[in-house]
Amino acid sequence: MPRAKRVFDQVWPRAALVGAILLVWWAVYETGLIDPDKLPSPADVWNAFTSNLTGEDGLLPAARGSLIRLAFVLSVAVVVGTLIGFAMVASVAVQRSIGTLMTALQALPSIAWLPLAIVWFDFSERAVMFVVFIGGVPAVAIATAISIRQVPPTLTRAARTMGAKGWTLQWTVVLPACVPGYWTGLQQAWAVAWRALLAAEIIRVGAARGLGHLLEASAQDISLIIAVMGVIVVIGLAIDYGFSIVDRRIRGKRGSLVPA
Amino acid sequence: MTSSRAALSIVPEPADRPVKLSVRGVRKSYTTGSGTRIAALEDVSFDVATGEFVCLIGPSGCGKSTILSLLAGLERPDEGEVLIDGRPIVEPGPDRALLFQDPALFPWLSVRQNVEYALRLRGLGPAEIRETVDGWLAKVHLSAFADLQPHELSGGMRHRAALARALSCQPDVLLADEPFGALDAQMREILQKELQLVWTELGNTFVFVTHNVREAVFLADRVIVLSARPGTPLEEYRISTPRPRSFEDVLVAKVVLDIHEHLAKEVERATREEGLRPGLA
Repeated sequence: MPRAKRVFDQVWPRAALVGAILLVWWAVYETGLIDPDKLPSPADVWNAFTSNLTGEDGLLPAARGSLIRLAFVLSVAVVVGTLIGFAMVASVAVQRSIGTLMTALQALPSIAWLPLAIVWFDFSERAVMFVVFIGGVPAVAIATAISIRQVPPTLTRAARTMGAKGWTLQWTVVLPACVPGYWTGLQQAWAVAWRALLAAEIIRVGAARGLGHLLEASAQDISLIIAVMGVIVVIGLAIDYGFSIVDRRIRGKRGSLVPA
Repeated sequence: MTSSRAALSIVPEPADRPVKLSVRGVRKSYTTGSGTRIAALEDVSFDVATGEFVCLIGPSGCGKSTILSLLAGLERPDEGEVLIDGRPIVEPGPDRALLFQDPALFPWLSVRQNVEYALRLRGLGPAEIRETVDGWLAKVHLSAFADLQPHELSGGMRHRAALARALSCQPDVLLADEPFGALDAQMREILQKELQLVWTELGNTFVFVTHNVREAVFLADRVIVLSARPGTPLEEYRISTPRPRSFEDVLVAKVVLDIHEHLAKEVERATREEGLRPGLA
């Protein structure tokens, strides 16, 4: 299939979706049935977007602030979560204790930690980080443990009969074999962390500006609120797309790609 | 090549050669997921001579694969001994390679890297690894496919790659667990012929598990027929037809019929007994 055709096949359903949403939105606006203070026109939102890009309370600095927070806390959560995940597989006792704790934490929405975080850390940067961390770690830990447990036993058996054991076996077979599952886990974990971060920011936690703060601060400006929501969605899609590209590389090489 | 194969084709009786593998009075049972204890092997004893090709055959669930796991050192017997060169087998070792029904190639490595795997574990130098791997890839007709990923190969090619990987370290003993079981009949015959050639050239000791009687008789010096679960050797057939063999050999066909008849009786007997003891089904 020529490249242009492939790109077109990828793009048109998405473009059609955006077009349809804008069309319905604009049509509803034009009927005048909904108060324009409650539902602005797409053009109003676009204006709010373009005129609020920069400046102290601009969208770009806010997006930057949120992304830096996310990158920092998620990196730490990935390291800690991965180590916990390994430990859960390595030891039954860890699985039964820490593993249960991870499942328990996962059952708790990250935002449920906010009241405690505010009591402990005040409305500080540390409170946001705590909430994102406590949401991200169990997601990463559980994904790590599952990806290792799903390594086909035929592969480890084959390696063992060729003389691999101990760390060599883990390093040369178990680790590479669990990569696709692990990556899928990270793709889910980042979304958990991203939602936790925005939730915390909306409650005005954290010193620096973020998208969540902007959402709360612009409560009077409905157009800007929708613009901020749009930015959050676009960032989410972009990061997810980045994950998918890597995922396709990993799975494509192994022939385990599910066409999408 | 042809002449050397002809010279090797008359297999001496095992008495002429030292015993390589010994299974002595082995018992092994498993606990199933639901907690039931199942006897897989009961009092299994047999020897395999150095360079001998032995096929284990029996009804499904008779513990054939368990015998291989024990010989590979992946599992230990509950009772009895499993020996190689008179020493107990306690863990997997480079002197024994195991082939599975699933080629179990590492999907993240190329064909070449897969074959290299065991050699790297041995800590060989890059030049030596390259030379050895090239040799094996040529032997299994995969030289042109060395840089592909396993999923880009056909089923038969994957099995050849797995064979090259298993043989790359030149194990004394090759163990195979229905390695061609999942292939179609044509591909199976092609691989059986290739395996016969490779084995005549190498002369490793070979223990091959299958439930395909034709395959067993075609390949083996000796076929051991196992009973239904718990598995125990029922009968042995020595196949003295010279190699290379063909599936059309009258003698081969005759032994195949014999073993089929024997197995059919055994399955019938086992089914009848299972019927009398429904709890064990």
